[in-house]
Amino acid sequence: MLTVENIHVYYGAIHAIKGISFEVNEGEIVALIGANGAGKSTTLKTVSGIMHPRSGKISFLGEDITHTDGYKLPAKGLAQVPEGRRIFLQMTVMENLEMGAYVQKKPPQSDFENVFEHFPRLKERRSQIAGTLSGGEQQMLAMGRALMSRPKLLMLDEPSMGLAPILVEEIFKIIQEFHATGTTILLVEQNAEMALQIADRAYVLESGTIALSGTGRELAESDEIKKAYLGG
Amino acid sequence: MTFLNYLLSGISLGSIYAIIALGYTMVYGIAKMLNFAHGDVIMVGAYICFFAVSRYHMPPVVGVLAAMAVCTVLGIVVERLAYKPLRAAPSLAVLITAIGVSYFLQNGAQLLWTPNPKVFSSVVGTGRLALFGGQLTVSYVTITTIASCIVIMIALTLFTGRTKMGKAMRACSEDKGAAQLMGINVNSTISVTFAIGSALAAVAGVLLCSAYPTLVPTTGSMPGIKAFTAAVFGGIGSIPGAFVGGLLLGVIEIFAKAYISTQLSDAVVFAVLIVVLLVKPAGLLGKKVSEKV
Repeated sequence: MLTVENIHVYYGAIHAIKGISFEVNEGEIVALIGANGAGKSTTLKTVSGIMHPRSGKISFLGEDITHTDGYKLPAKGLAQVPEGRRIFLQMTVMENLEMGAYVQKKPPQSDFENVFEHFPRLKERRSQIAGTLSGGEQQMLAMGRALMSRPKLLMLDEPSMGLAPILVEEIFKIIQEFHATGTTILLVEQNAEMALQIADRAYVLESGTIALSGTGRELAESDEIKKAYLGG
Repeated sequence: MTFLNYLLSGISLGSIYAIIALGYTMVYGIAKMLNFAHGDVIMVGAYICFFAVSRYHMPPVVGVLAAMAVCTVLGIVVERLAYKPLRAAPSLAVLITAIGVSYFLQNGAQLLWTPNPKVFSSVVGTGRLALFGGQLTVSYVTITTIASCIVIMIALTLFTGRTKMGKAMRACSEDKGAAQLMGINVNSTISVTFAIGSALAAVAGVLLCSAYPTLVPTTGSMPGIKAFTAAVFGGIGSIPGAFVGGLLLGVIEIFAKAYISTQLSDAVVFAVLIVVLLVKPAGLLGKKVSEKV
């Protein structure tokens, strides 16, 4: 579904991504894990067209999107829940969801109902200004908003960041719910333990390269990973 | 009755400031830049209307529409050529560029239309409406100005609150990166904002010159600065703020002229601005949303 081939990404003179290749197949949950600064978020930004690689190739559903403007990707079925949520704080919950459905002519009511089914709390707060929501609710809104574009591939950037453990569990449960309804997931996480629990496959990033890859279980049991990311 | 008369002229002048301030504030909201050339777009609009009506004897409505059309194109072209290449540049560079565009438009107008003043004839005639047995007279220009301002305000509120494009505009003004992730074309949204702001500037130019008929290439600069002040006064970035700020500024200016001193009126206006900003640094209706983290 998504193929990334040997991409090199720079921030000015800084060589942030040094030849990464990976793929996400339809129906999978794939995780990119790694420490702070390993290049996880940069990789995601490059896939979603916010940044472009200097060399290498990215294709989505067989189409070359290496240099496609980012705003054209949601219409092709690629949605992202960005790091730090980035919901529209001054707009209402409903308006945020409407923006999520921007690429659709007129989102059917059932799409909103679908989001509210996953996140009943958002329904209660639908006319509230998003800036007044709690951190967990904001994360839910960011996820609901991404769902509104009916993505084929949903990319989540650090969805657990800054959330209480109980909320992290909830968010991960909902990611699995999304997956169960047929959405392919690409997950970027620092919380390797949680990510590996739900991932079919995972890639470990280290200073801009892929250090390891394998199934979620393989990596969760690997000594290297245990030592580096799972605290033991 | 003189008080009412002053109040009406204040509201009328304030309406013009408000319409200009809306352009400032919308562009600031989305592009985070102060478009100091905005005042000169007013002047261009007034010239277009002047030539259409006085030179080519078109009906005033056509003159106004022509002015709006030309200014819309002008706004989009200026944004594309001068501001878009600087999207990632420091804000100071953009500010200087805007001042450059302002001079360019003023000097261009001098070259094209000479610095000699043109006498603008009001698009709604010079008639007056007598009220209270003639004790209070209101010119058609005043009525038209106030009515236009109200219509524009309502239209913009509906546009930004109800339409998809308007909401996308608000989304862009809050977070361009996130807006792009929603599939919103940020560049074209910015173009639309410039188009709307410039069309409004054309309307303001026509109204301004209908009330104060001397038209020269620098006609737009002072009202432009006043309207910028109004936008800051009301809270830059806020549409209702531009409306309130513009109206208040107009009323204060006219009252200061009437009751204090004509020469000091601008000083009074800016003194009020300073006091307001000391008490409310974000302006009267400046946005300060409480954010939980």
